[in-house]
Amino acid sequence: MLKKLILGGIIATGLQLAHAATQLTMYYPVAVGGPLTKVVDGLVADFEAAYPDINVQAIYAGNYNDARVKALAALKSGEPAQLSVMFSIDLHELRDLDAIIAFDDVVETDEERAWLNGFYPALMENSQADGKTWGIPFQRSTIVMYYNKDLFKAAGLDPETPPQTWDDLVRMGKQLTKADGSQWGVMIPSTGYPYWMFGALAKQNGEVLMNQAGNETYFNQPAVIEALQYWQSLGAEHKIMPQGAIEWGTLRQNFLDQKTAIMWHSTGNLTAVKDNASFDFGMAMLPKNKEYGSPTGGGNFYLFKQSTPEERRAALTFIRYMTSPEQAAQWSIATGYMGVSPEAYETKALQGYVQDFSPAAVARDQLEYATAELATHQAGRVRKLLDDAIQATLTGQQNAQEALNAAQKQADRVLKPYQ
Amino acid sequence: MTHNRNFSAWFLMLPALVLLFGFTYLPTIKTLWYSFFVNVPGVQPQASLDNYRYLFDDEVLWQVLKNNIIYTAITVPTSIILALLMALWVNAKLRGRGILRLAYFTPTILPMIAVANIWLFFYSPEIGLLNQLLAFFGYDGYNWLGDPNLALYSLMAMTVWKEAGFFMIFYLAALQNINTTLYQACAIEGAGRCYQFRRVVFPLLMPTTLFVLVNAVLNAFKLVDHLFILTKGGPNNASNLLLYYIYETAFSFLDNSYAAVLTVVMLLILLVLAVVQFGVLEKRVHYR
Repeated sequence: MLKKLILGGIIATGLQLAHAATQLTMYYPVAVGGPLTKVVDGLVADFEAAYPDINVQAIYAGNYNDARVKALAALKSGEPAQLSVMFSIDLHELRDLDAIIAFDDVVETDEERAWLNGFYPALMENSQADGKTWGIPFQRSTIVMYYNKDLFKAAGLDPETPPQTWDDLVRMGKQLTKADGSQWGVMIPSTGYPYWMFGALAKQNGEVLMNQAGNETYFNQPAVIEALQYWQSLGAEHKIMPQGAIEWGTLRQNFLDQKTAIMWHSTGNLTAVKDNASFDFGMAMLPKNKEYGSPTGGGNFYLFKQSTPEERRAALTFIRYMTSPEQAAQWSIATGYMGVSPEAYETKALQGYVQDFSPAAVARDQLEYATAELATHQAGRVRKLLDDAIQATLTGQQNAQEALNAAQKQADRVLKPYQ
Repeated sequence: MTHNRNFSAWFLMLPALVLLFGFTYLPTIKTLWYSFFVNVPGVQPQASLDNYRYLFDDEVLWQVLKNNIIYTAITVPTSIILALLMALWVNAKLRGRGILRLAYFTPTILPMIAVANIWLFFYSPEIGLLNQLLAFFGYDGYNWLGDPNLALYSLMAMTVWKEAGFFMIFYLAALQNINTTLYQACAIEGAGRCYQFRRVVFPLLMPTTLFVLVNAVLNAFKLVDHLFILTKGGPNNASNLLLYYIYETAFSFLDNSYAAVLTVVMLLILLVLAVVQFGVLEKRVHYR
């Protein structure tokens, strides 16, 4: 009898506790190597300590694609998930699916509204649509150029002057390439996220890939075709980059093993490169042709529609915590992703870090020239069309013009219902 | 009495029938139903045959079908022959037989995703094992996964490596079931080893071969885990396979209706294969 009472008491308290605390489930992706899951789990634990009435179950869900698949599948099957970090460019599709709500509809106070406006505008290009904010920048990046200073020196180049134009890149690339194939001048990955790298080249040539509404693409504009021809020429004509597709996943290892003097990659790799490079490396903005340019990239926080008002408020508290200057600074130092707001770079922690380690500021400085990442309705399909065109060109199956014309024609067909 | 027995028979079969219906027939019927709609995010769903019409214009589909045919035609016979050879070898009396069997079986117990992650680094053009071996002998390396002419074959090599060990186990079991008096009879009649294999061993292995063949063919359509890691179907769909394309359409393009149409295509292919295998081949198999 006594036992039963005690047990009953325990269960009752447990229920009370469970009732008092708001339970949140969040899925999040990791798209670059390194122990990022630990960093996220650490931030979440800090939050739970600071806000004992909110429990957050953070579930690592693979890369961006996997995270979206898992979060949407969970919602469909009735599993609770109130918020997730997903690809910033999933915006239009998530809205088409009626899965997310705008943050404008959840914020209540002026202070919260001010918070919504506190992020870098370039990061908000992939976060806003129809005048509302649907995503809050979290693990955001741009593409940057990592270069091996030791190899620059060995090739007789000034290690403090990385290539600043397309022509520089070709010229220096030739000096950095060894004829026996043991060392290449530059590698730009063409699997994983080829459309993303290509967005940078197109922007550098003065062109963007789509409109803000995400229902038109500009794949076969002359400047875009020219950008792809340039990318292809690095391998086919100038021989400073291997021909064929270059693997996104193993590229960092190639750079660390000094098989390439320059790589274009996400800033999200910075800390991993810093920790593992046996040589002196530098980081610079991508070179320009007509102008500097890189798309932003990475993941935003989204709020799911299937949630109660209390859960939405709790989720907002959590997201505000995660994007507050101190946490954003901590996250940026631990990973290389950007501090998402100017305030983050004013924190002591990040200021000190940037002073000691100048590459950490490159992504921020490049934001001035940044553009949105390719985001459209039916984004997966449209992205794939462009990816296929890029790969067909780089592997020599088609020329840039043919491939991009075909991709544009298909994209027009797919996007017609949304125009 | 008969009535009663009938009832209990059906009753006993009920759980299996419910599961079979719930997880096999119901999804099949639903897939068929969905395939007659056009349903993409943000557009009002409507009944239409457009998706079936698009099948014929879909160049990617024709590419993946071609890839799947090549993939099946090469991986299935290669892994079966290898499996048989390995089984014959490790069935013989030789030293270290247990270790050899284990070595052949190891690829099977590793998860496909883990294997693919290892092979990704084998195949990597600059730092990969394969190219370093080639370089040691003075040859230029290849971009195994990045060259559209090689990507599919690189996948096949890994698949054969993974599958052969698994099929070997079945052959090994079958070989050990063959009555040794048959071998003695062969010896008395003066039959050579080749003759013995051709006329005695191989026919007795036919049921196993059919079983392995069915499994191998199904796997050629079913197993796409390695694509997620190695190539994602690229470059430019050079290594894309039908099931991966279905996955992409459903979960990356979020186009469930076209994915349903593609699934119907896949079901039809598997149906034809099943009819061929069980209808035609089974008649030629000697079971006793």
